[in-house]
Amino acid sequence: MARTADVIVIGGGLHGCSTALHLALRGLKTIVVEKDYAGRHASGVNAGGVRQLARDIAEIPLSISSMAIWEHIEELVGDDCGFASHGTVLVAESEVEFAGFRARVDDLRLKGFTHEELIGEAELRRLVPAVSDYCPGGIVSRRDGAADPFRTTQAFRKRAIEKGAQVLEGVAVTAIARAGGGWRVETSDGPIEAPRVVNAAGAWADRIAAMLGEPVPLEVIAPMLMVTSRLPAFIEPVVILRGRKLSFKQLDNGTVVIGGGHRARPLRDQNRTVLDWGKLAVSARTVWELFPVMRAATIVRAWAGIEARMPDEIPVVGPSVTSEGVYHQFGFSAHGFQLGPGAGAMMAELIATGATNVPIDGLGIGRFAARP
Amino acid sequence: MFKRLGETGSAITIEIDGKAVRAQSGDTVAAAMLAAGIEHCRTTPVSGASRAPYCLMGVCFECLVTIDGVGSRQGCLVPVRDGMRIETQQGKREAGR
Amino acid sequence: MTRAPDLASSYDLVVVGGGPAGLAAAALAARAGVSTVLFDENPGIGGQIYRGITSTPIKDRAVLGEDYWAGTALAAEATASGATIVNGATVWSLDPSRQVGVAIAGQVRMIQAQRVIVATGSLERPFPIPGWTLPGVMTAGAAQTVLKAQGLVPGGRTLLAGCGPLLWLLAAQLLRAGAAIEAILETTPRGNWLRALPHLPDFLLSPYWSKGLALLREVKGKVPVIPIERLAARGEDRLQEVDYVSHGKEHRRRADLLLLHQGVVPNVNLANAAGAVHRWNERQLCFEPVLDVDFTSTVSGIAVAGDGAGIAGGTAAAERGRLAAIAAVRALKPAVSVPDPQSVRQRLQREELGRGFLDTLYRPADAFRLPEGETIACRCEEVTSGQIRGMAAIGCEGPNQMKAFLRCGMGPCQGRLCGLTVTELIAAERRTRPGEVGYYRLRPPVKPITLAELASLPISEAERKAVER
Repeated sequence: MARTADVIVIGGGLHGCSTALHLALRGLKTIVVEKDYAGRHASGVNAGGVRQLARDIAEIPLSISSMAIWEHIEELVGDDCGFASHGTVLVAESEVEFAGFRARVDDLRLKGFTHEELIGEAELRRLVPAVSDYCPGGIVSRRDGAADPFRTTQAFRKRAIEKGAQVLEGVAVTAIARAGGGWRVETSDGPIEAPRVVNAAGAWADRIAAMLGEPVPLEVIAPMLMVTSRLPAFIEPVVILRGRKLSFKQLDNGTVVIGGGHRARPLRDQNRTVLDWGKLAVSARTVWELFPVMRAATIVRAWAGIEARMPDEIPVVGPSVTSEGVYHQFGFSAHGFQLGPGAGAMMAELIATGATNVPIDGLGIGRFAARP
Repeated sequence: MFKRLGETGSAITIEIDGKAVRAQSGDTVAAAMLAAGIEHCRTTPVSGASRAPYCLMGVCFECLVTIDGVGSRQGCLVPVRDGMRIETQQGKREAGR
Repeated sequence: MTRAPDLASSYDLVVVGGGPAGLAAAALAARAGVSTVLFDENPGIGGQIYRGITSTPIKDRAVLGEDYWAGTALAAEATASGATIVNGATVWSLDPSRQVGVAIAGQVRMIQAQRVIVATGSLERPFPIPGWTLPGVMTAGAAQTVLKAQGLVPGGRTLLAGCGPLLWLLAAQLLRAGAAIEAILETTPRGNWLRALPHLPDFLLSPYWSKGLALLREVKGKVPVIPIERLAARGEDRLQEVDYVSHGKEHRRRADLLLLHQGVVPNVNLANAAGAVHRWNERQLCFEPVLDVDFTSTVSGIAVAGDGAGIAGGTAAAERGRLAAIAAVRALKPAVSVPDPQSVRQRLQREELGRGFLDTLYRPADAFRLPEGETIACRCEEVTSGQIRGMAAIGCEGPNQMKAFLRCGMGPCQGRLCGLTVTELIAAERRTRPGEVGYYRLRPPVKPITLAELASLPISEAERKAVER
């Protein structure tokens, strides 16, 4: 006897749990199937950046709608998720870069987006006093901030369960097939049937997509992070760079998280990654140049999450092209954390009403369909 | 807390929080501090509680001190040198030291 | 002194740890012609058991005892073997491809190894009692370290507390050195004697039996030994008193130094971070690596020898080091002749003979492994036992999830002093077994490195390009 639901969500990361919560809030019976535990992978171990800044234009509407949810996250999930907002600053390291930033901000304004603001030397020094002298300015997104990724994912999971969703952990999906007018998802713990399925399987989503006859060119990546021991507070905004890989933030507890996307070697079927110290050394030198006060900071841990990257660096969000009733929500290419709350709300709206108010054109899976 | 059984090496002088302290070659920084009767070597970054060396074999990380300007060094693993400057650590490490 | 730039970029064999296992392994491999480097983070070789073996100021051999001085031969063998021995060298990373990250005097290098033997030994089991973080509370091993290496002895009112052979050995060494010990507060659960009886015949056949008896006699004649069920350290800013319960009655003693010891457990951090699978040992109440007969872990080419493979003592450690080295030599230079492993295995078996009795007799009581309330479990992040139990009770299933909520295990010691406590507390609260709960998932650097040290790593052009957008 198969379990039944209104919606099956494959993957218990932030996107899966957020979608499950929002579906449950709309009264839809939802079952999440997670092969490890919620937040085990990219969702739980990323840099925690809650960032609208520097996104591809196709993601911006989703990002803005998600930001509104972040600002009331405690009401939604009963936990502030460690969210603190001191802005994100994209620092220019040269005049050439700065000119490029000016062009970007102008272009965004033309398109009606005002969340990115060009800043010169004076404002840069005011926002980030510790940054090196050679930086001429940057772009700031003032509403941005950072949160605790594992805590956030767990909060969404917990609230989803409280609102009636089921979250099965340690259960893997083995097959999907049509059954009657809906879908039958085979798992390591028995079959589940539902008219709707959401593929939120992160770095394993290509396998789910392949089962549905919609192969996608998903690349499994393992972005690396380092964290230091506690330092006295010296920086408030999150700092990112364009020309070199860096993301840099100091948490309330004083530790500094250094990321930027340099990659480890993922072993996706072993849930493991092998770190690349050569690249981390380059990252250390980047921090050295940008923030001289960090030179004696101690690195206490380095790690990498297992994440999905699409070739155009934007996610796959929207209905399946081959399979009626199936929806995709994966491929966030190392910048999906901030989108989680909003993408879940949008997906639930789409599933429940057949349409969504948040523009997601450009993100559909159809863009990978083979040309005849 | 601890006393020396005798002269074990050549006498050297180190500085702890600005004060000259006699030590022996062959001491580690932590051992020299214990022999000099120094009660604690740091306060924690979480609550400011006083801590002193616990394991003396490099696994507990309680013996963290600043040595010649470089902070959060495990005193039990560093041999003393004549003229070495040691500072006890208060709370969160100073960035840039 | 070997500095980082003096190192080759690759060696046939990298040995991590200069205690008996590491020294024996390096000596055997180097003599067989395998290019061998041994890294140890201390100023001299010997590990814990033979600490200061080449430099100790304690010249009277009777103080430390002949078991200690047996280390001289081992140290000499390693030094003469042709192995490159580097002190002050901290290995902070090891990955499945056998790339070893090492830091020497502020500089970092990545060394490629064909084979690695992790010989990082053991550390003392956490002993979480109220007030154990106060200055003036230390481990028995700490007192032994400064005795051997610097000739320091406790100066004031000193109490020893706990159980296990090391406690008696330390007491004897301190007394011989002229130090005064007020009392030994013994925590060996009374029921353990009965449980240990089935192992007695093997114990009587082992060398531990007569040595142990002699030590006990030597110490009990000079120091009161008090059986206790509860223990706490009290004081404002440093230890001032020790409270204990003996035969149901409460006592309080003034004290300047409290030395704690309830056995040693494998130091799993490097092997765990390298991806080696570990399993729970219910008899010894600790995690140990899963190994084959040659001490190879579940990561090909990486072996774990010595107490890190499972607690068996110093002499057994040397034999295990030899077996791991023999396997490495056979893999790297099959034509070279090596000592017959059979005779090494026989010697090892004899050494392991008495362990069952000792492990069972000195298995620490629940009360001293499963703290409650305000007693700190994670010293680095000051997380209490009550907080951990509370999280476990509301559904937090494992230490890796617990880490994210309470920060336990996220401090510089990387769980060395809290890992077992946290795992056992979660198991107790959730009525399951420590093997089911698991341990922290450790990552390099297993010892902190500074940003400056990491930035000192020589980088290839390819790596530099890989990090640019």
